[in-house]
Amino acid sequence: MSTTTVERPEHSDQQSRGAPRRVGPLRTLKHGLTLAGRSVLKIRKSPEGLLDVTLQPILFLAMFVYLLGGAIAGDTGAYLQQTLPGVMAMNMVFGSLGTGMQLNNDITKGVFDRFRSLPVARSAPLIGAVLGDVVRYAVSIAVLLIVATLMGFRIETDVVSAAAAIVLVIAFALCVCWISVMLGMLVKSQQALPGVAMSFMFPLTMGSNVFAPTETMPGWLQAWVSVNPVSKLADTARGLMIGGPVAGPLSATLVWMVALVAVFFPLALWAYRSRV
Amino acid sequence: MTLAVRAEGLVKRFGTTKALDGVDLAAPAGSILGVLGPNGAGKTTSVRILATLLRPDGGHATVAGHDVLRDPVGVRGRIGLTGQYASVDEELTGTENLVLIGRLLEMPRSSAKARAKELLERFGLTEAGNRAVKTYSGGMRRRLDLAASLVGRPEVLYLDEPTTGLDPRSRNQVWDMIGALTSEGVTVLLTTQYLEEADQLADRISVIDHGRVVAEGRADELKRHSGGQTLQVRLSDPDDVAATETILRELTGRPPTANHETGLLTTPANDPVLMSALVRGLDEAGITADELSLRLPSLDEAFLSITGQPADAAEPARDNEEEDDAA
Repeated sequence: MSTTTVERPEHSDQQSRGAPRRVGPLRTLKHGLTLAGRSVLKIRKSPEGLLDVTLQPILFLAMFVYLLGGAIAGDTGAYLQQTLPGVMAMNMVFGSLGTGMQLNNDITKGVFDRFRSLPVARSAPLIGAVLGDVVRYAVSIAVLLIVATLMGFRIETDVVSAAAAIVLVIAFALCVCWISVMLGMLVKSQQALPGVAMSFMFPLTMGSNVFAPTETMPGWLQAWVSVNPVSKLADTARGLMIGGPVAGPLSATLVWMVALVAVFFPLALWAYRSRV
Repeated sequence: MTLAVRAEGLVKRFGTTKALDGVDLAAPAGSILGVLGPNGAGKTTSVRILATLLRPDGGHATVAGHDVLRDPVGVRGRIGLTGQYASVDEELTGTENLVLIGRLLEMPRSSAKARAKELLERFGLTEAGNRAVKTYSGGMRRRLDLAASLVGRPEVLYLDEPTTGLDPRSRNQVWDMIGALTSEGVTVLLTTQYLEEADQLADRISVIDHGRVVAEGRADELKRHSGGQTLQVRLSDPDDVAATETILRELTGRPPTANHETGLLTTPANDPVLMSALVRGLDEAGITADELSLRLPSLDEAFLSITGQPADAAEPARDNEEEDDAA
């Protein structure tokens, strides 16, 4: 970019060299980050939009710990230690619904058409929405940890391991959210999304070892629970936050993350292309 | 004369519906091309193809010298889009929306802010700049849409029904702003269902119906082309209507349109001597007329004669269905 005074320097330059057919990956990322900035701006404006990822997990945690914790683990304190890492994991799956809702809203309201009429990469709005949600997830985890600490939760390992657990959980969120993105593109109206999304969220979240030990379940359920990515993630987070095996569940989690992205990122992109 | 927008034989199908059936459009650089047609005629589909939001199934188009299929990024760098579908974010403020677009166009933050301020000022939105867009009135919203499409100083601007749903005052404001754009050399492609709007703003008009361009030309050419002039008689005494009807039928060979209460009669006038013949006829019958006039048909009448249906007898909003089908 040699010109400095022109508003959009890429014009004059590219015109003389023959315009590019595509937007390169670096500029795609730049556009994506700009659009992620938009998501963050919206969170700052209406923090109540975060209730789904802050209040809901707290309610789940409080309900299970105080209502059932005594029955399941014999002691609410011990149950809280076991459950919190799992609730963090579960919350990422529920939280991804917001990503799909926001994208669906942007498409139906025509905001995406505006972006797409600009010389930005086609995938930039998707990338922006997903990156912006990192902030949502981080806030959600912070709130959950604070509340859990007030309830008596203590990290039994060390800060670095606990931080690694948080990073892993957010990274998992970035992989699983493509299911919601895909559904958000496929459903016609925003109202229809939660119902459709529950059909994958419920087996993932509730059909896991987050709230109860796998051994207590019937065999057919154990078969699913023991391979469920949320179980694997919960196991890893437990290992990193309160101690226990990490390597095994971590590798299973990573395999799941790669698989989720490999399957649902292309599907989401396909749904997006055919929608807009 | 260079063409800023040139579309040839655009075809677009949605399922079994043929939304566009060979649309040709041409807008000389710096002019306003009006694309006029009822709901579902294919106006929005045409704009979406020319804005690279949709791929045509057939035909080709170039915008500001860039092919919409081979170089969509080049096209997007030169267009602005305002319309039913290209919208702003309602939760952000006017300023934030404009700055966001500037940033996406890779302006430095300070330039993006300066451009936003400049545009808000120009569109009378300075005061509202720091309010969320959802608090805006319809007219303000539309002006912000217009501002948003101008952030990148486009060479070609698409305005898809820019005044639909606005009250007359807001509509006039938007019209003034559109008129001002061409003085800067911007080429405008304007779709509208309002004949008055096309008549007011457009240098040339393409009338589109059922996915085809059915007429093209300047507003006055379209009016003339569509069935010559109309002779209008306003009688002093409405009781004379029956007698005048007879005179007119004898002169033209067909019954005129007559209103017995207001004493107003109209008939197509293709014969230049009709007027003087009528004056003689009325004289002989002792009928006095307050008004005798020959005029070009209104664009509404032109539309009726071109498409065979009145402009407002639109089919159920097919544009919306198209959108769903595209989904």
